[in-house]
Amino acid sequence: MVAVAAPPAAFLIIFYAWPLATLMVRGLSADALVDTFSRDRTWRVLWFTLWQAGVSTALTLVVGLMPTWAVSRFTFPGRRMLLSLLTAVFVLPTVVVGAAFNALLPNALDRSIWAILGAHVVFNLAVVVRTVGAVWEQLPVDLDHAASTLGARPSQVFWHVTLPLLRPALAAAAAIVFLFTFTSFGVIRVLGTASRSTIEVEVWRRATQLGDIGGAAVLSLMQLLVLGLMVICSTSLQRRHARTVSVSAAQRRPVPSARQRLLVSGTVGATLVVVAAPLLALVERSLRIDGGYSLAGWRALGNDQTRTGITTGVDPIGALIRSVTTALWATGFSVLIGAAAVVAIAALGRSGKWLDTGLMLPLGTSAITIGFGMLITFDTSPFDWRASWWLVPVGHALVSVPFVVRSALGVVRSIDPDLRAAAATLGAPPIHAWATTTLPFIRRPLATGAGLAAAISLGEFGATSFLSRSGADTLPIAIERLLARTGQLFHAQAFALSTILAAATVTIVILIDASDRRFRHHRVGRARRS
Amino acid sequence: MIVVFDIIGLAVLDVRDVHVSFDGKPVLDGASLHVSGGEVVALVGPSGSGKSTLLRVIAGLIAPERGSVIVDGVDVTSVPTHRRSIGMVFQDEQLFPHLSVGDNIGFGLKVAGIPSHARRQRITELLELVGLDGLLERRIDSLSGGEAKRVALARSLAPSPKVLLLDEPLTGLDRQLHDRLAVEVCEILARSGTTALWVTHDGNEAAAVADRIETLK
Repeated sequence: MVAVAAPPAAFLIIFYAWPLATLMVRGLSADALVDTFSRDRTWRVLWFTLWQAGVSTALTLVVGLMPTWAVSRFTFPGRRMLLSLLTAVFVLPTVVVGAAFNALLPNALDRSIWAILGAHVVFNLAVVVRTVGAVWEQLPVDLDHAASTLGARPSQVFWHVTLPLLRPALAAAAAIVFLFTFTSFGVIRVLGTASRSTIEVEVWRRATQLGDIGGAAVLSLMQLLVLGLMVICSTSLQRRHARTVSVSAAQRRPVPSARQRLLVSGTVGATLVVVAAPLLALVERSLRIDGGYSLAGWRALGNDQTRTGITTGVDPIGALIRSVTTALWATGFSVLIGAAAVVAIAALGRSGKWLDTGLMLPLGTSAITIGFGMLITFDTSPFDWRASWWLVPVGHALVSVPFVVRSALGVVRSIDPDLRAAAATLGAPPIHAWATTTLPFIRRPLATGAGLAAAISLGEFGATSFLSRSGADTLPIAIERLLARTGQLFHAQAFALSTILAAATVTIVILIDASDRRFRHHRVGRARRS
Repeated sequence: MIVVFDIIGLAVLDVRDVHVSFDGKPVLDGASLHVSGGEVVALVGPSGSGKSTLLRVIAGLIAPERGSVIVDGVDVTSVPTHRRSIGMVFQDEQLFPHLSVGDNIGFGLKVAGIPSHARRQRITELLELVGLDGLLERRIDSLSGGEAKRVALARSLAPSPKVLLLDEPLTGLDRQLHDRLAVEVCEILARSGTTALWVTHDGNEAAAVADRIETLK
């Protein structure tokens, strides 16, 4: 059973550790370091990355507070729909979010800082509503009541009671949003300009546009360092400030007063508009050509020639097909590697921890770093794999294996070892015993993991930006390239592709969610019967 | 003995014909009640009879469909909770977990804008009144059940409410502590001249603490 550990370990070493080592060797040369840090642009990029992340985080918290209050304090029709919509936006590929804001805003604004901030806020609203809402829901309503009977105005109740108690949750949400916006790549590629470039975008630009591999390596190491520091800081901060609020069981949501009802419906309405508008704009703009509405953009998806003989260089239908194939392969790789890893981790016991942690690492590394590392590692024979069709799906698998492992590991660990022993005493050979006791339980979490892997692969943009060969674009790459062109038809095509990608991602996530819920229900039902 | 409270006439509470229903089911069907100034009235009744709901209507935490709450001849039915000057001791205390004992007691004074030295003095007096001298800086989660009840009482009394509502304030204490606290709280209410409405399901407790007993059916 231990031999099962070999494939996932080899996968991790070859496609993660080795590229990372190459990156360090290339980045830690004195020349590259001096070159990079003596350049003004480096500091400007660093400064822009920091401040846009800071402002995006602050705005997301402020904008998210009212909807969080509404969904955690009250029950109202449409509450679940609002939560689902927020989650749906959160799982959208970054390029699609960028495209949606490009579609929503007038041309004068669609490459402005407002577009970037707006996209970051709407994208990450779910983080605040979920993280902070989970705590707010548990705060006794009577704590607010106690404060008002002591003479506190509603604003004073908020400042002196609610806010201090929410602070740890707010800090956690802020840390997550900051992390996401600090490493923003897809949104910035679609909505940024040369002077509005994050570290991630700059790594991509140096590596692929300017051929400055050393400089790009320095920047991605710097990124890795900053991310590591941030994670350490936020974990220690949260540990220090963790406060246990004694929580009674589920809080009864109070009956809203007329004023509160007005405030809740206003908040919910405004949130719905803010979140749905970019998505609707995406669909609307895919249908708008030359001031009128037509299906020209959608029809042109099958066409990569502007005029006979002149290709546009982007083949939308080709990209769609390639994305689907890539997603299928990436899903297959993830499930195989993930399943082997889960079995190995469970069988290895204590030393399985190493494999577990190792496989989680790619999740904490930005996709840019992964893609870039692979690009500069696999470029010399006999390891020149850049032209291989499987390199992109392998890169995607690296990012999605952790999800497969996480969804299946808990289930495998919870299987009663006695069950296997029982099968063995009934005369089953070990492999057979394992297959009959473990497989039925692992099938469903693996399906969940497979769904997540497919969704991730469909929208993956960071690593793919480095690994996809020109002329072999996936959907997100095609969308970005079409939006970079001038011409209404190109944009309509990009919006049409974004609509398809958004619909596919959201459908997959809804299916996973629904099957998870049914599964849980099923299990509870079974437990009650026994 | 220190006189902590200025008694400027004792407030009178009148509740007239209050109707409340949740999801179409009537909880209070024309409840009326009178508490004279300085009086401690116990409100008893089986669980589900709407005792707590009535307290919440009086405090302004629930709006009645019909009926009115009158304090000192002024109809406060549509006045928001924070401007009613009606204090409330909750069954599970609802102390602020992020504040010390002293800051819990001083909360009402702080939001009223009372300067910190005056606040401090009053907090010390109240701690003495409820027999918790020296616990000023203690954390809420380190208090015993009885101590928490006393802090909750002191916190409600600090802003000198016109009327104090107590919602099963002694539930969850062991017999001995319960009986001792019942006597003490009674004394404190009498000494502070507070008009109080005390909800309990325990007939003996009602008889021990109240000047008069009202029953909600």
